[in-house]
Amino acid sequence: MAKRVGIEVSIAIAEAVKLAQAEVIAAYPITPQTHIVEHLSELVADGELDAEFVPVESEHAALSTCCGSVAAGARTYTATSSQGLMLMSEVMYVASGMRLPIVMTVANRALSAPISIWNDHQDIMTQRDCGWIQTFAENGQEAVDLTLHAFRVAEDRKVSLPMIVNIDGFTLSHVIEPIELPDQADVDRYLPPFKPKYKLDPKKPISMGPVGIPEVYTEARMAHDQAIKNAKRWIIKAWDEFEEVFGRRYNPVEEYRTEDAEIVLVTMGSISETAMTAVDKMRDEGKKVGLLKIRLWRPFPGPEFRKAAKGAKVLAVVDRTLAPGASSGPVGEELRTVFYKVPGAPKIFNFIAGLGGRDVTVERFEEMVDKAASYAKKRPKELYEVIGVREK
Amino acid sequence: MAVQDAIIGWKTITHGCYVLEPGSTRHFKTGDWRSMRPVLDKEKCIKCGMCYIFCPEMCYSQTEEGYYEANMDYCKGCGICANECPKDAITMVPEEEE
Amino acid sequence: MIPELEKFKGFSAKRLPKEEGLAPGHRGCQGCGEVLALRMVMKALGKDVIVCSATGCMEIITSPYPQSAWNVPWIHVAFENAAAVASGVESALKVLRRKGKLPKKHIDVVAVGGDGATGDIGLQWISGAFERGHDMVYVCLDNEAYMNTGVQRSGCTPYGAMTTTSPPGKKSIGQVTWKKNIPQIMVAHNIPYVATASPAYYLDLMNKIKKAAMVNGPAYVHIYSPCPTGWGSRGDKSVEYARLAVETKVFPLYEVIEGKYIVSRKITKPKPVSEYLKGQRRFRHLTEENIAYIQKRVDEEYEKILRLAELT
Repeated sequence: MAKRVGIEVSIAIAEAVKLAQAEVIAAYPITPQTHIVEHLSELVADGELDAEFVPVESEHAALSTCCGSVAAGARTYTATSSQGLMLMSEVMYVASGMRLPIVMTVANRALSAPISIWNDHQDIMTQRDCGWIQTFAENGQEAVDLTLHAFRVAEDRKVSLPMIVNIDGFTLSHVIEPIELPDQADVDRYLPPFKPKYKLDPKKPISMGPVGIPEVYTEARMAHDQAIKNAKRWIIKAWDEFEEVFGRRYNPVEEYRTEDAEIVLVTMGSISETAMTAVDKMRDEGKKVGLLKIRLWRPFPGPEFRKAAKGAKVLAVVDRTLAPGASSGPVGEELRTVFYKVPGAPKIFNFIAGLGGRDVTVERFEEMVDKAASYAKKRPKELYEVIGVREK
Repeated sequence: MAVQDAIIGWKTITHGCYVLEPGSTRHFKTGDWRSMRPVLDKEKCIKCGMCYIFCPEMCYSQTEEGYYEANMDYCKGCGICANECPKDAITMVPEEEE
Repeated sequence: MIPELEKFKGFSAKRLPKEEGLAPGHRGCQGCGEVLALRMVMKALGKDVIVCSATGCMEIITSPYPQSAWNVPWIHVAFENAAAVASGVESALKVLRRKGKLPKKHIDVVAVGGDGATGDIGLQWISGAFERGHDMVYVCLDNEAYMNTGVQRSGCTPYGAMTTTSPPGKKSIGQVTWKKNIPQIMVAHNIPYVATASPAYYLDLMNKIKKAAMVNGPAYVHIYSPCPTGWGSRGDKSVEYARLAVETKVFPLYEVIEGKYIVSRKITKPKPVSEYLKGQRRFRHLTEENIAYIQKRVDEEYEKILRLAELT
């Protein structure tokens, strides 16, 4: 019987990794991911999870160790945030290029400098191009479900790519929520054992990680690009299967009250919950406002997003990353590209909010919708606007 | 010279660029790198195998008679075998011009 | 005496394994001392092994896609993390065996890196792996500079050597610091087995690799690897220099087994270092004074090893 408990999201994620029966966990502690790895080390120490917990000496070593263990055929997990993700970023590209299905939780946190332990999306946005599949969780239940889904997708022989589940640091990682922890039997039904097509085995020696001369490199990258694009099909299929087994439905893009919405907010992660409250309030006031929540970030579900946004006249895209010197925030940029020269495309306005742990409140969402409405009549001077910033 | 041509297709490139055939460098004959080749004087040879042991190309093998013979497909002509032979039985001679 | 080593039987010239872990056709330079050393390492290890390479000469020359010189399973991830990758492989094998997903048969996990990967950029990764006590061997193939990228200096470049980033000039003699003593750093990690080896003494090298693999826990073998391309020495003299380095005490051969120092080859009639230094273009600019200093330091370092052998 699945049990519904009040549990800290980090702990719940660790329990999900335990249900997935991960075999090697190599992680380095960094705020705010620490509770995940602490609980995992407890589970291993008590014999509740039969795994090797490798207390590595840095995040780069964590991901490197994960590469070795997946290549040798073990189900592998790690977690990190912010500066740790930066440190391992060299290996991020190697892991995906080598098609090693590692599952990672990133507890999203702002980047130095100045040093900040608080929540925004800047860390993961530096990894847009790293070739990993990436999803965003909105609440604790999703954090658990998407973790199980990640093992299912990453290790699928038709995919064989590493995968990240993003959760907002502190805002999600450290809160206690009511979460239904699935039954082990159901998880076993959903998640088959890890059987990679290729692994390091003296009985069948292969070489992983050779030199890619110019005569092969383009083809290698093309193959990788096609693989991650094709993965979308299996990602959605794995969500279909998840619904069959566990009864909860996930989609690449989730719609909230968009049926006749003229102005649609676009969010990712936990601020989506606040956005839903704001949409309800604005709807009560008679405003035709809706919300689109991006769950699948990479590979970006362009067609699904365009379909979900049909009928919207204005998109108020909320980025939680400021990319200095760029033309837009990352999500703003992505959506402007996805809608470029599409007939009937909505007007897109880009807002940067919630940096470094600054809360995005219902009032802020109302402010963004009001601004979007006025910008629809008179174009703003800038391509993006930082919300809630104090001038003097 | 611009590198324009691919030597493999993206649909046929191996998964993760893995090399599935062990020891496949043996298809690459490094023998044409050399400008000198080792020549053995069987009279002097005591079949000690030092040439075999110290060859970085692993190109020496033992014949039925017990002498060690270098595989000219791979010998790069480095001359370590000649230098190490305790009986000076190996001489490096210039590779003939084709 | 480590219990695992009680069963140790050394290799002999008559009983050398015939299999090669590496295939010919690799892209190494003519006379490469490092690939020769690697070949001996692989011969000693046999087939039941997984090799994790760091970026460097050996990785580049053995893995030109779509070919590979490796006859055993091999993985290369990045420059500094061979030890961490090996930790991952070792952990995976451990848990998979425990869960009955793999047969119980032992597979040696071996990390291979150059002096740069080992002593400079990758030092942290080895330190962590050794502290965690993984059952693995780390082999350092030391050609005394970052050779693969064009002969830049490393922490292991010997005093006075010319490299492209420690060129001798009006204001410098070349490498101004003494060679970093990596085996000593490994000894300080209290691992059961540390050794130095030279491909000129191939049986000694192969025996040390075998012992390193047999030991339970981390083991480290530091192998001197002549590089004619980078040192400006003659390609046919690579083994000769590997011998001279030992005969002049520049590269002492020893083992440290559970903290006990054992000198492999006591050099009672050492040759002068000048004999080692000449014929290598990287040392050509050195003065009599420089050479005298090097001789003095070499003697001191060697004495240290002898004293440690007495004390432990």
